Amino acid sequence: MIFILLTTVFLIMRVLPGDPVLLHFEKMENPELIAAMRIRLGLDKPLPIQYFEYLFGLFRGDLGISMQDYSPIGQQIFSAFPATLELAIFSMTIAVLIGVLLGVESSKSYNSPKDHVVRLFGIVTYAIPVFFLGMILQIIFGVWLHWLPVGGRTFQTMAPTGLNFGDLHFSTGLYTIDSLFEGNIIKLGTSLKYLFLPSLTLGLVLCGPFIRLTRSNMFETLRLDFVTAAKARGLKDSTVTYGYALRNAFLPVLTMMGLQFALLLGGAVLTETTFSWPGLGRYLIDRINFRDYTAIQGVVVVFGLFVSFVSLGIDLLYAYLDPRIRL
Amino acid sequence: MLSQLIPGIASLAKRGLAGWLILIGAILTVTISVLTLASPWVSPHNPNSLNVGQPLSAPSFQFPLGTDDLGRDMLSRIVSGGGIMLQVSVLSVIVCIIIGVPLGLFSSHIGGSVDRFVSLIMDSVYAFPGLILAIALTVVLGRGVVNMALAIAVVYIPSYFRVIRSQVLSIKEMPYVEAANAAGAKRRTVLARYILPNVIPSIIVVATMNFADAILTAAGLTFIGMGVSADIPDWGWDLSNGRRLMLGGDWWVIAFPGLMIILLALGFTLMGEGLSELLNPKLDRSGE
Repeated sequence: MIFILLTTVFLIMRVLPGDPVLLHFEKMENPELIAAMRIRLGLDKPLPIQYFEYLFGLFRGDLGISMQDYSPIGQQIFSAFPATLELAIFSMTIAVLIGVLLGVESSKSYNSPKDHVVRLFGIVTYAIPVFFLGMILQIIFGVWLHWLPVGGRTFQTMAPTGLNFGDLHFSTGLYTIDSLFEGNIIKLGTSLKYLFLPSLTLGLVLCGPFIRLTRSNMFETLRLDFVTAAKARGLKDSTVTYGYALRNAFLPVLTMMGLQFALLLGGAVLTETTFSWPGLGRYLIDRINFRDYTAIQGVVVVFGLFVSFVSLGIDLLYAYLDPRIRL
Repeated sequence: MLSQLIPGIASLAKRGLAGWLILIGAILTVTISVLTLASPWVSPHNPNSLNVGQPLSAPSFQFPLGTDDLGRDMLSRIVSGGGIMLQVSVLSVIVCIIIGVPLGLFSSHIGGSVDRFVSLIMDSVYAFPGLILAIALTVVLGRGVVNMALAIAVVYIPSYFRVIRSQVLSIKEMPYVEAANAAGAKRRTVLARYILPNVIPSIIVVATMNFADAILTAAGLTFIGMGVSADIPDWGWDLSNGRRLMLGGDWWVIAFPGLMIILLALGFTLMGEGLSELLNPKLDRSGE
């Protein structure tokens, strides 16, 4: 699967008509300069050799050098990755929380006006362009109310340094976790403040399928015998719903998290652009403006690998949680 | 024609929620499409002419939706701004149907290693973040309506393929298809006359839903600056242009183009929801 993905990216970027070096220079320049660049980037070699160099490079974590300034792409992607990861974690959490809560409420009052409103909410969030929702939230909470910052990740002096033991230095690149390591609550607060609007934007756009899924699953689960039994024993309504029934309906939600993850990364590119969030998505858009083909290829590969690893992780987690599946 | 249409609509409204969803969705999409087509005659100003009014003037009686930073009339830009998005989405849906449907039909009907190979490739594309794939393809193919439509089509062909394939796999086992095979009908005849008609409802549902996806993807591509051209009014372009303007509080430069994209995408989504309930109660949106 991963192999097919890597090959497809290579085919798209190198084999489709269009010479990256020529495209890089919009107007014709010195042909010697172009030839030199081609040699430097290894584009003068035959395609199969380029392909193997690309694959071996990837195994060593080498994503090639930038067509803009010949700097290694891998490092740049590596430093932008944590920002995207942090955004992804928080927005997925928000999507699941909102989706599951609304789905449960909706299933409890099936086919009532409340249920219809929730369903309509799910449909509307699906039809909103994520960047437009981001801008609405920016203008309400950032420009009019001045409650939250409109963009960026944090200001310079507030970037957390992570764990420090004398000379030993360790940081995850996730600002919320790094500031916890540092023990600095103010920095944690600032990081969360900057993180909140982008995550909420992305989370809202993604919550629709979770609502739909939880609603239909809970509708069936709430009518099962063990739920009736729990109710008959006099347990509180909320205990029965969230403690007993929801646990049963959670596995499909896990599967949906895997399916939604690819959508999340696509949305992250737009959200990062809207909120000037310094992650992989914004790096991608930056590089597009420079027509930096190696960098674009590198980012696309990393996004693909990210999705593959997450879906693998979810499969493993699924096997662990569901005793019927054993590896 | 009209006398046939009215009873049709009336019977739709009697179908309950699903009928209403289709009706509202159809009204939204048809209205916006007609508005876009008629824009040269309807829009009060030329959407591209500069300084029609004061730059960035708020909505007023003279300019109901305000003006942008170059003094262009927002109402005129809204009316004509759907052209590219509609062209791209129609074209990409057509390409998806032309490629995805036959691929799903043949692959599942032939079966064996061919089917496994095609499915593997389709699943890889399906699992990949769609927008990022579309961005990469647009970078390579270059700008333009056709290229953008092709890039979007590549992303969504697997959705058609998966739905068609799973449907054909179950239809193939039905007694009447077995009977046709046993009676010595050619493979082609079985596919075209016995299987295809039963798959058409799913194609309609997937295509309607896909319109919304295509529109949102096209808007996203335009937003990050990979649109067709800045000379043609476009809601996505207006949004990306308005991104820096709205930070000064000029909400109208983004509110109306965004609203139009939502209404158009919402129209197709509602129609798709209704159709899927009506035609294909069991079909799940994820295609499984």
